[in-house]
Amino acid sequence: MAEFLEGIMPNVVAYQSRFITSLQQTVEMMVKSGILAFIIGLAFGVILTVCRKGGIRPNIVLYQLINIFVNLFRSIPFIILLIFLIPLTRAMVGTAIGVKGALVPLVFGCVPFYTRQVEAALASVDEGKVEAARSMGSGTLGLIFRVYLHEAVPDLIRVTTITIISLIGLTTMAGAVGAGGIGSFAINYGQNQNHQDIVNVCVLILLVFVCVLQFLGSFLARKTTNRGLFRKNHQ
Amino acid sequence: MIEISHLNKTFALKEGVVDAVHDVSLTIQDGDIYGVIGYSGAGKSTLVRCLNLLEMPDSGTLQINKTGPLTMENGKVYYGANKTPMREKQLNQMRRSIGMIFQHFNLLDRSTVFDNIAYPLKYSGMSRADIRTRVFELLELVDLMDKKDAYPSQLSGGQKQRVAIARALANRPKVLLSDEATSALDPEATESILSLLRSLNEKLGLTIVLITHEMAVIKAICRHVAVMEEGRVVETGNVYDVFAHPKENITRRFVASANALSRVDKLLKDDSQLVSVGKGETLIRMTFSKDSVGDAVISQISRDFNVSLNIVLASVEVLEGAPLGGMVSIIKGDPKDVTNALNWLKDHFVEVEVLKRG
Repeated sequence: MAEFLEGIMPNVVAYQSRFITSLQQTVEMMVKSGILAFIIGLAFGVILTVCRKGGIRPNIVLYQLINIFVNLFRSIPFIILLIFLIPLTRAMVGTAIGVKGALVPLVFGCVPFYTRQVEAALASVDEGKVEAARSMGSGTLGLIFRVYLHEAVPDLIRVTTITIISLIGLTTMAGAVGAGGIGSFAINYGQNQNHQDIVNVCVLILLVFVCVLQFLGSFLARKTTNRGLFRKNHQ
Repeated sequence: MIEISHLNKTFALKEGVVDAVHDVSLTIQDGDIYGVIGYSGAGKSTLVRCLNLLEMPDSGTLQINKTGPLTMENGKVYYGANKTPMREKQLNQMRRSIGMIFQHFNLLDRSTVFDNIAYPLKYSGMSRADIRTRVFELLELVDLMDKKDAYPSQLSGGQKQRVAIARALANRPKVLLSDEATSALDPEATESILSLLRSLNEKLGLTIVLITHEMAVIKAICRHVAVMEEGRVVETGNVYDVFAHPKENITRRFVASANALSRVDKLLKDDSQLVSVGKGETLIRMTFSKDSVGDAVISQISRDFNVSLNIVLASVEVLEGAPLGGMVSIIKGDPKDVTNALNWLKDHFVEVEVLKRG
């Protein structure tokens, strides 16, 4: 087995500990920034939905604040955002390099995209359902959790999948601030040293990542359409 | 009792300010089935939403059951005689005491029938067991026990509306608002929903306020009706009186919409052979009411006045147990006899309208 692998990708085997570290860095960046972006983006998406004009709790100030933030950061290419945010990152987490330093720009890069996706998913919830829930005496929190989020679960899973996949793309650029990861491994050890097998393996790994995530996302979205994630029994 | 007085609601649109509800005052007795009829845009939907404050009226007062009186000023709501501002929580509490059903059912698609009906009960301090008992009662009430684990997408329109009715009644409201609840249903489902509403009205003493654009719905279950046009209530009263003796043009249009006799206008317009009158012939429309139908007026006038009647169209229906209807016919005979016959009809509570003379 080892011999076979060495035969088809000698350089990957030669740099295998670097390769494993890179994988770990990518996963770490994705999990940490993904969780943060998920929470913040979901909250922002909900706020945009609830506070918009004609929403259940109109609040033009809060709405515009988030709206402008989202528009601003969506228009900056990620590689520019990485270096633009260096001072802020240093102020927030103490360093601007490494995985830790990449987290802040990753979150900033991901949240605006995810916020818009969440907003679109929540917009697809029929206003009639919200009105019916209001007629039954549901308050703002009830409407958010029991109507908007509850009814949008399949759509939210779909947009979350899309966001995670686009996050993979962002993490590969984090090498620019020394965060490592698959992207910088492919450039530094593959392209720069003319080891095509390393580049190929990186592509393959990312492909598998994306396929697995997409499959999982589609599967869960399908499973949650028309049924509770965990089905309750009333027998 | 529901008392609405001087209710106003305007919407500011790009095209200008729209008076959705203009100075509406209505009194609805407990246990009544009260219909509000109007064409789309008449403001009936806004009016019914003002009753549970889904739409906040600009001004007016509102008393429903023991809540209130609520006073609305500048789009804010106050309760009691000393006008205490109403809080969100109290508003939600008040909404729970009024059920509402909708044209498009508005069920949660990702919840089962059981969970949809349990929606208003959850987080209200009720135990799981009590919720279960109550939901089962409601399932029984709307005859959907076998569908409790189904999802809305697996139900027919009529079944969905039954679920919506059960959900609306979960908190035992005394009042049910129905916003075009049968407009998206086929005739058979409409019939079944209307009879369910009627039986709920009788069994539970539920006051039902329903809005519709269909005369047939009003005729089927309402006892009182208000006719709305351009945000105003133009005519109110019990269903029979309003539709037997419509005063307003719009009411006449609604009556005509559900009446076969109105077809004569089309026939006249098209100059149909059916309504062509020869010399000495007169085309008339007779409208019967409570006091006249049943008398054999037709045979009597043809015998006593020596005129002959050729019936073109006829329609009699039963409204609140009393017949209402009419006839379009061509009357033929000596002009003097015809005049006498028509006068006699008028004396016997038949409204006569001459449509065309030969």
